[in-house]
Amino acid sequence: MSAPAHVPTASGEQPASPAPAARPGRHRFLPYLLLLPGAAWLFLFFVVPLVQLAAASLYDPAGSLSTGYALTWSFDNYPAALQAYWPQFGRSFWYAGIALVLALLMGYPLAYAIAQKAGRWKHLLLVCVIAPMFTSFLLRTLAWKTILSDNGWLVGLLRDVHLLGPDGRLLATPVAVVLGLTYNFLPFLVLPLYASLERLDRRLLEASSDLYASPLKTFRRVTLPLSMPGLTAGTLLFFIPATGDYLNAELLGTPNEYMIGNVIDSAFLVRLDYPQGAALSFLLMSAILAVVFGYLRNAGTRDVL
Amino acid sequence: MDPQTSAGDLRLAHLTKTFGALTAVEELDLTVPQGSFFALLGASGCGKTTTLRMVAGLEEPTRGRVLLGDRDITRLRPYKRPVNTVFQSYALFPHLDVFENVAFGLRRRGIRSVDGQVRRMLSLVQLDGYERHHPAQLSGGQQQRVALARALVNHPQVLLLDEPLGALDVKLRRRMQLELKRIQTEVGITFVHVTHDQEEAMTMADTVAVMNAGRIEQLGAPAEIYEFPATAFVATFLGQSNLIAGDVSGGNGGDLLVTAYGTRFSVPSARSRADQGPVLLGVRPEKLRLAAAAGQVPAGHQHVEGSITDAFYVGVSTQYLLRTGWGTELSVFVANSGAQERFAVGERVVAHWDPRHAFLLGRQVDEDDRTAPMRHEPVGASW
Repeated sequence: MSAPAHVPTASGEQPASPAPAARPGRHRFLPYLLLLPGAAWLFLFFVVPLVQLAAASLYDPAGSLSTGYALTWSFDNYPAALQAYWPQFGRSFWYAGIALVLALLMGYPLAYAIAQKAGRWKHLLLVCVIAPMFTSFLLRTLAWKTILSDNGWLVGLLRDVHLLGPDGRLLATPVAVVLGLTYNFLPFLVLPLYASLERLDRRLLEASSDLYASPLKTFRRVTLPLSMPGLTAGTLLFFIPATGDYLNAELLGTPNEYMIGNVIDSAFLVRLDYPQGAALSFLLMSAILAVVFGYLRNAGTRDVL
Repeated sequence: MDPQTSAGDLRLAHLTKTFGALTAVEELDLTVPQGSFFALLGASGCGKTTTLRMVAGLEEPTRGRVLLGDRDITRLRPYKRPVNTVFQSYALFPHLDVFENVAFGLRRRGIRSVDGQVRRMLSLVQLDGYERHHPAQLSGGQQQRVALARALVNHPQVLLLDEPLGALDVKLRRRMQLELKRIQTEVGITFVHVTHDQEEAMTMADTVAVMNAGRIEQLGAPAEIYEFPATAFVATFLGQSNLIAGDVSGGNGGDLLVTAYGTRFSVPSARSRADQGPVLLGVRPEKLRLAAAAGQVPAGHQHVEGSITDAFYVGVSTQYLLRTGWGTELSVFVANSGAQERFAVGERVVAHWDPRHAFLLGRQVDEDDRTAPMRHEPVGASW
């Protein structure tokens, strides 16, 4: 795999094929050309708003939409926002964390069963995982409102078996919000996991069993490590939007269950406190990034980084 | 079964495996002596891999028992059996390096200091210095040796090899055959080797069992099976044979007389699997010799006249196809030792053989002659 030394390309990794040597200019710029639409899109609709948001987070908090804002580099917005809303912050990570654990407990066996045991039902089951996405997020969450309502069968059943007191309820409790989060983001966990487990070679499980590993040890030493890429991707795809979610707390909870998403939502749309909303957004973003990087470091899948 | 079995023998008793209506293995009785190199030889689909998987515990027998010494391991989970497998696909763990692949079995049994054992085993398979490589970075032959080391390091009572050389090219396969044989002699563990390559089975194994349609057709030392096959299947699967359809027409002292196409042949009764009725008279192509005229046939040799229809020069030997007077063909291999003249297509010749080299097999009434097909490659390589 040693490329001849006189090949004029700058990148050492791409082995140059003999054809472009004649017209090197054309192929050298092609990758950048292909990158252009996406890069332009990202610049316009991600980088520019992000910079704008960063600027907004440093506006003078005394300003308002009607009187206008002045960029006063007031970094105090950050500690102030955190001080005012740290319970919602903590709650976001707490709810998303519990929801993640619940989703893992349901999602891993589900993905494993579909990938390895479902046989000809595999595709049907996959459709079942994806099918809820055909209706809107909002409608699905509203449906949960019915399921968890005080007059619903679920609450009735739980009261009958005394898991809930006679006046106990599910709706407007943390339980409802966590259940909503779990339900809404479960497919994002299951699909990458399924993709990983589907590629798992069953002969490796036989080999493990042949080499003195009980089913539990085989899971721990072979299945789990080999499904790690899917597990990592699924966990992130679940956890990131769940942490920033506001709809579940809004529809299934009360202000006592509000997460940081609800606060940001109201800062921008109700209280019109742009500096605070922007500061909270950045705080959330960096907190999630910190968690994600910490997680990836420990998950051992450096490829994602 | 053999009452003189030693403590470590692997015994299969009435072992049967059916998949729905298909019987993969039928009433298999087999004893593999401790420390032997045993080959299960058969075409694909003959049940040899299923047999191996039942010994490993990866397949549950429908009926019958698997015994290791006096211990019945039929229902034992695979991870509790003192048996390890070298899989056809190697099945190396892609997320572990060579060292951890080899250490896998030791670690699962709770052995803490694996370092010395793993390194010793890697040097036995000549992979020193590859500890930190991942399977994907290794060639087929190296992967094969990791798979072997990974199984052997556990010192199993029986090592199962499921066509472990099948994925290698011919040259590497030959080298690995010798290496496997060397390692087996060195470690003294019972090897049960499944293969469809008859040459591989013959070069490596002390004992070969030829399997066909879920049953064992013949079992014995390679030379024994080759020189005196028990069935027409064995005679044609293990090497090549000319089989002439005839009928036993009487006896003459220690010989049986066979009439085929109006000609009488004699075969020592010690070389006969049937002593009456329809039979197949078998002679291996290399046991046949050619002479220009009947007068040159040595005394005591049987002979058949015919004309040469095909001749292939393959270097070490010349392969002739001889059309006999009654219309079927015989295959004759003549070593190119320079001692014998060469014959041309169309020439009339006499094929002759020492009756002690012939063998007699029972024949179904409707069975016809069988001639070894002409082959341009060395025996066994085409499987």
